Amino acid sequence: MRRLILILVPYLWLLALFLVPFLIVVKISLSDVALARPPYFPQLDLSGGWAAIRDFVAELDFENFAFLASDDLYWKAYLSSLRIALISTLLTLLIGFPVAYGMASARPEWRPTLMMLVILPFWTSFLIRVYSWMGILSQNGLLNTFLLWTGVISEPLTIMNTEIAVYIGIVYTYLPFMILPIYATLEKLDGSLLEAAEDLGCSRTSAFWLVTVPLSKPGIIAGCFLVFIPAIGEFVIPSLLGGSDTLMIGKVLWEEFFNNRDWPVASAVAVVLLAILIIPIVLFQRNEQKNREAGQ
Amino acid sequence: MRRMSGFNIVSLTFGLAFLYLPMVVLVIYSFNASKLVTVWAGFSTQWYGELIRNEAFLDAALVTLKVGLISSTIATVLGTMAAWILVRSGRFLGRTLFSGMIYAPLVMPEVITGLSLLLLFIGIDLDRGVLTIVLAHTTFSMCYVSVVVSSRLASFDTSLEEAALDLGCTPWQSFRLVTLPIIAPAVISGWLLAFTLSLDDLVIASFAAGPSSTTLPMKIFSAVRLGVSPEINALSTIMIGIVATGVILFSLMSKRATIRQQQEERDAARSEA
Amino acid sequence: MPQTVFAPWEDPDEKPLIRFQNVTKKFGDFTAIQSIDLDIYTREFFALLGPSGCGKTTLMRMLAGFETPTTGKILLGGEDIAATPPNKRPVNMMFQSYALFPHLSVWENVAFGLKREGREKDEIATRVADMMRLTRLDKFARRKPHQLSGGQRQRVALARSLAKAPKLLLLDEPLGALDKKLREETQFELMDIQEKTGTTFVIVTHDQEEAMTVASRVAVMDEGQLVQVATPDRIYEYPNSVYVADFIGDVNIIEGAASQSGDKVLVTWAEGASPLVATSTAMLTKDQHCYLAIRPEKITITAEEPETTNKVHGEIIDIGYLGNISTYHVKLPTGHMVKAQSTNTRRLSRRNFTWEDKVWLSWSDTAAVLLER
Repeated sequence: MRRLILILVPYLWLLALFLVPFLIVVKISLSDVALARPPYFPQLDLSGGWAAIRDFVAELDFENFAFLASDDLYWKAYLSSLRIALISTLLTLLIGFPVAYGMASARPEWRPTLMMLVILPFWTSFLIRVYSWMGILSQNGLLNTFLLWTGVISEPLTIMNTEIAVYIGIVYTYLPFMILPIYATLEKLDGSLLEAAEDLGCSRTSAFWLVTVPLSKPGIIAGCFLVFIPAIGEFVIPSLLGGSDTLMIGKVLWEEFFNNRDWPVASAVAVVLLAILIIPIVLFQRNEQKNREAGQ
Repeated sequence: MRRMSGFNIVSLTFGLAFLYLPMVVLVIYSFNASKLVTVWAGFSTQWYGELIRNEAFLDAALVTLKVGLISSTIATVLGTMAAWILVRSGRFLGRTLFSGMIYAPLVMPEVITGLSLLLLFIGIDLDRGVLTIVLAHTTFSMCYVSVVVSSRLASFDTSLEEAALDLGCTPWQSFRLVTLPIIAPAVISGWLLAFTLSLDDLVIASFAAGPSSTTLPMKIFSAVRLGVSPEINALSTIMIGIVATGVILFSLMSKRATIRQQQEERDAARSEA
Repeated sequence: MPQTVFAPWEDPDEKPLIRFQNVTKKFGDFTAIQSIDLDIYTREFFALLGPSGCGKTTLMRMLAGFETPTTGKILLGGEDIAATPPNKRPVNMMFQSYALFPHLSVWENVAFGLKREGREKDEIATRVADMMRLTRLDKFARRKPHQLSGGQRQRVALARSLAKAPKLLLLDEPLGALDKKLREETQFELMDIQEKTGTTFVIVTHDQEEAMTVASRVAVMDEGQLVQVATPDRIYEYPNSVYVADFIGDVNIIEGAASQSGDKVLVTWAEGASPLVATSTAMLTKDQHCYLAIRPEKITITAEEPETTNKVHGEIIDIGYLGNISTYHVKLPTGHMVKAQSTNTRRLSRRNFTWEDKVWLSWSDTAAVLLER
């Protein structure tokens, strides 16, 4: 009996505040926009009994999804979100791997400190970390001032409000998510494996590519998913650092909802976004599952 | 792993500089007398003064703290229960759905979570305000808490609980007197994580908040959309300062505790027989 | 019947403290315990012995209340305890991992069970002090478990499980985590404490020497069944099966066919070899398939042909030198390998036999045990 209550409380909470809201999104994505409060049609009236429910279901259609497919704004937004997420994931890997490798080769007594230094930004406000780049990247910001002063450039660079700024923002804020899983696998790597590889005739470099990289694959994969998945739906970074021509689906959804007040289309955007995300999420879960089993 | 090479030192230095430089710049410029970012006009604390006098920020900070404290506390209770269910409850009807609902919010884009909760609140005619933000924050942060706590519970020696039962505890007493004190560090870090997530959240709060309730991130967001502001620099510096002090103190304390424990274990092993 | 030794299991009037009645325990499709009947008496030091996975731990956990029998009954003092949860049973357990509460001091660990009973403060303090004195822990009351050595932790676990003065104390591999020397010392300490407190002990172990040393009776288990329940000396001298003979100590097993000859049994074991003589109380059919179990230390090794009926001739292949004794591996012309032990009364350099020596092995008519399975 006690056990039942223990299970029911969090279960019902998540059902009511996670699953049911999502079903509502699906329902509204099938409705039409209306000039009303709330601004969509049809409204479900349970007091009308079965007939009302039947009428209600009859009114639902896939018009919004057809609209998404026909308007190339949404197309482009999804594609450019995927592209931006992919490129920034690769950039994060490029920067994150050497850092993780450096951490793992540091003296053991230094490692906890380095670890703390990587985690610390994670605890500070995400918004503030994105904001901190605004002063650096803007037209008359620190970076341009510095480059003009050194004479590397004669004209200020336009970085702020471009896709480059978005890449910088994503790489910067998600870097710890890439470093930590890679570091975790590298730290466990048995140093004698590299010695064995060299003993068997590998050079330092080939030992790195033939032993270190394959063995750190689980960490690399986990890190890439941890950056890629949230980056697709990112809202704050493109709206603060990106320009008006930087299309990202999180931003489109926000504007559709708050600016256009088109709830059914916003819901349809969300449903499609989730459908796109399900593939990497499932792959990620499977990778984690595999690592857990290998760890046991 | 092996000794440090020059390359490793360079990549570490570069990586850490990349992580910290923007924040250092932010902190330095919060003490700039000029309103402009690029011009250094001397040391000044005037922006801190203006920040304290800005009542809108203070109100938002209070709302944020209130939401953070309430939601993280409820999330810790619910998340610990959920972790217990995941690790200990064995099989029950809908277990897969349950663990799916625990893990999905961790990777769900915030815009979707926010949108769906808003549609729910409107659907059940709940006035948006502090209550709805608390509900929203509790829901996603309880999942983080349950992940943190369940990883601790999974490595928990169940014979400790059996020993408590064997010595006359009821199941509830065994949880309260044995399990809870031992997993307390994980529960506390779960709470801290939930609290930070709540303080930090912009997107979900924007959906869940009504016109009367504004949280600090919402306030900051609307201010910085227009560009860099020295007041926000000052506010950021304060927030960075609090977090940095907290995290550093916490890790120093836990490091000292580990060292002491290892020392005592060595002494004990030496005193054998 | 006047009793000079402690042997309640031989007294038909004695009521057992614990009685397993046809107990079976299944986990899904897996049968951990297969219809076991067993009586354990008050003040016994009872050992459950067997390889890992034989069901001994399951049997113990059913006594503690962490598992319930699938079918059958477990009686404690005549009452069925199936429905009693672990926290209501007058049974305490010492866990293999000790399961000391890491956040509590030694004193608080020992007092834990007493506090749950809601006893008076003074009473608890006295009882804890007694337990600490019994287990020589007086000096460590304020320490936390991680500040103790392995041996000290083991004693805390014992003190904690004894504090509530249980009718029955269960010990799950209590000495498994200690090194050999400390384990041997602690075995005697355990027996001493058992005697002082008069508590009934049930110990689970896979270490046959440990079971033989501490227990009043040993139950040898295999695949969820009791193979033999008897005193240590009977288990060693009169095993009831090849399994038990082989599990306890070292043994030579010779297969053959038995035939009764007066009060002796003749065992034909190899072509051209004269039959071996043994004694048996069992009624044997003619040419029944059987096994002869002979302990190596009961075999005498000589250079000259001995006068006994049981003798075989062979060549020394290997010598295992253990310091106090040596084990000789002797190969017979039939291909059998027989182990014989002799005490090293002389120094190694003056040993009688060495590799490739031809020797005679012999044993008395009563030395070998005839086994049917």
